[in-house]
Formats: sequence, structure tokens, C-alpha cells
Amino acid sequence: MKGYRYLPDVATLTLDREKCTGCGLCATVCPHRIFVVEDGRARILDLDACMECGACALNCAWDAIEVHAGVGCASAIIGSWLRGGAAPSGGDRC
Amino acid sequence: MTGVLETAAGAVPRVATAPTWRDRIGGWRVRWGIRRDAYRVDPGLYAVGDPGPDSPVLVTANYKLTFDVVRSDLAGRDAWLLVLDTRGINVWCAAGKRTFSTDELVRWIDGIGLSQVVAHRRVVLPQLGATGVAAHVVRERTGFRVLWGPVRSADLPAFLDAGMKATPEMREVTFPAYDRLVLTPVEVLGTASYGWWVLLALFAISGLGPWVFSLGAVWHRGFAAVSVFIAATLAGGLVAPMLLPWLPGRAFSVKGAVSGLLVGIPVLALWDRPLDAATVAAVLLGLSALSSFVAMNFTGSTPYTSPSGVEREMRRSMPWQALAAAASVALWIGSAWIGKGGV
Repeated sequence: MKGYRYLPDVATLTLDREKCTGCGLCATVCPHRIFVVEDGRARILDLDACMECGACALNCAWDAIEVHAGVGCASAIIGSWLRGGAAPSGGDRC
Repeated sequence: MTGVLETAAGAVPRVATAPTWRDRIGGWRVRWGIRRDAYRVDPGLYAVGDPGPDSPVLVTANYKLTFDVVRSDLAGRDAWLLVLDTRGINVWCAAGKRTFSTDELVRWIDGIGLSQVVAHRRVVLPQLGATGVAAHVVRERTGFRVLWGPVRSADLPAFLDAGMKATPEMREVTFPAYDRLVLTPVEVLGTASYGWWVLLALFAISGLGPWVFSLGAVWHRGFAAVSVFIAATLAGGLVAPMLLPWLPGRAFSVKGAVSGLLVGIPVLALWDRPLDAATVAAVLLGLSALSSFVAMNFTGSTPYTSPSGVEREMRRSMPWQALAAAASVALWIGSAWIGKGGV
């Protein structure tokens, strides 16, 4: 995203190019424009810009994308720690 | 509401596209976090203008702030607005919580008989809803094709005029100064959940000194400590978000620590001199520790932080925040024995 970069080398996003059919929906729904379709297959351009929202994986009809999706929100993560490790889903304030 | 429109699937309420003063006050109120959870409209189908069987169907959330923005952006157009029940939460957050979801969309398409209202089989969804809605599953289950609309509803007119095509700019999230600013009141006020306990503790420790415990010191030094707490809350919850692109570091905890130091300098400049080293250190350490923590919580308000990244930053920074806060408290109590007690 223009003007902003978050921590590098941490995003859990993976793309299985063998399963990819190049439909391009991942590139359409990604709010950070990190995918590009080249030669009939998707490619990850900028992994460090991934915010793990999960839109691409949910909209991949061929299960080619995996990501530990969730909200990048400190208070939600504190809430999940207090509840004993349940996945953060956004607290009451989000 | 400005009347109803009769359709094959029953009467559909028609909405105004110009916000009233009540809508504006309501929008302002929820930005300050006042009864934000209860700011909702009834889910269901609404008419904008005078839509017919060929008019586009736009899907949105039932957070009233969202609903008001979308209908205002559609002024002068004919469209159907399908409002899902997201429990009064905006599209993106609701998609993350799975209330703006495939199941919810399918339920409403079937429930209201959308296929009787329109002749086409297309629904336009906000792009950020893709976190909760799988387009291919919606098509399998309802026959309706999901078209991904722009990220911002302000781009809807241009999107519709271009034959439902979004430009690359319409597909990318941004985070300009105004967007950061409107999110800060909820962030600053959010510290109230633990703030009262912190204030109580600050007054209590400010009473300690060579005099054992003094109510005069509670008053005098307590208010000084509280002013530092308020300054830290603003440093982390307002200054850090506004200076976000320019503060050093990628971690919000680092940005917040820096904004805490920046705010600490004028705070100390306002205090009576001479200031002893323990007092100066206590103020700067406490301010940057709390500001760092508050700024870290702003990650949830931004559109670019990943959960893996936030968790990594928290594990790295929280021990330092705790250490700095503990050192600050020790130095603050200690400063009561040095000189005239700092204030």
C-alpha cells in the first residue's frame, strides 16, 4: 500500500501454482494488489504487503491459496490470549 | 424512507439519498463511540430512486454509517440496495467475523425472492466483502453471479458508468490522513476500559514518599502523573496515527514509543524547574511505554496489518513496554525522595 509497509517475512500466504487456473479472482479481490496473472497462472508479486485478510483463499475455487486469515488487531489478539488461544476474530470494539 | 415500491416480491421501501441532520449527528456520535453497537438499519431490500427489473443490485452491511454513505453516493440513480444483517458492523469487519458471508447473502437472495424482483442474475458486492463471501459458492447456490465492486462506495457511480468495471485504483485500499483522524476518538476513548484503574493507581503511588503517605502529595504529584497518562494516551492514540507514515520503524509499538518521547518533551517543559533526573526518566519512560501500547492497539484500525505481523510485534515489544512501565513507576516513587519531588 502506498506510503505504508508493515513487518516483513511474516505473512503466511502460499500459492500452489500447480492448482492455479489463472482465473484472476485473487488479483481482483486482493485489497493490496499483490497478485498478478502471467502466462495463465497467478503469481505473488509482493508477499510482505499481504495483510492475511483471506479474501483470495476464500474466493479461489481451486484451493490453490492458503493463508492463516484473521484480523491484524492487537486488542483482538490480547482477547484471544486471555480466552486461551482461540483464534482472534475481532473484539467488541472492531 | 420516502415511500414504498411495489414489486413482484412485495413492497420495497424507498430510501432518500440526501442525508438529514439526524444522519450527520448520528454519524458523528458513533465516531465518538457512543452507542456505536446500536447504530443499525433493518436488513432487507431497499429501492434507491425508481429501480426496475434491469437495475443493478448492490449489497451492503446494516451498519447505519455504511448504509448512509452508500445511499448518498447513489444520489440520482436507480438501484436496488440489499442490506445484509451484519449486526451493525461495517462490511470489512463483518466479513472478517463471517456475518457478511456467503451464507448470509444466499439467505437474503432466497428469502426476499430476488430472482422475482430483477430479470438479471448479478449482484454487486463491495470488494472488501470478499473476506467473507465466496463468489463461486454464491453462484452455485443461487444462480446469481457476484461482481466485485470498488473498495470505496464513493467510486460506485464511476464503476456503474463504466459498465461495472473497476479501475486498479478502485481496487486498492488507502489510508489517508482524514481516514486515520476519524478513527482516533474511539481509539483514545478505548483506553478508558483500563484507564480508571491506572488513574487510581497513579494517585496511590504519587502519595508515597519520605513522608510515608501524604494526601497533599496525592493531590500535587497525582495530578502530575495523571497529566502524563493523558498525554501518553493522546501520544499513542492520536499523534501516532496522524504521523503514522513519518514515524520511524514499521512496528506500531516503535512508532508509539517515539511519539511518546515527542510528546514528553513539551510536557516536561511545562513543569516547574528544576527537574531531577529521576523525574525526567520516569516521565519519558512511562509516556513512551504507554504510548507504545496504545499505538500498538491502533493496528486494528488500519487496513494493512496482518495478524501474524501484529502477533510478532506484540511478543517482541510487550516485555519492553512492561519493563519501561515498571521502571517508570519505580523512578516516580523514588523521585519523591530526591529534591522537591519533581513538581
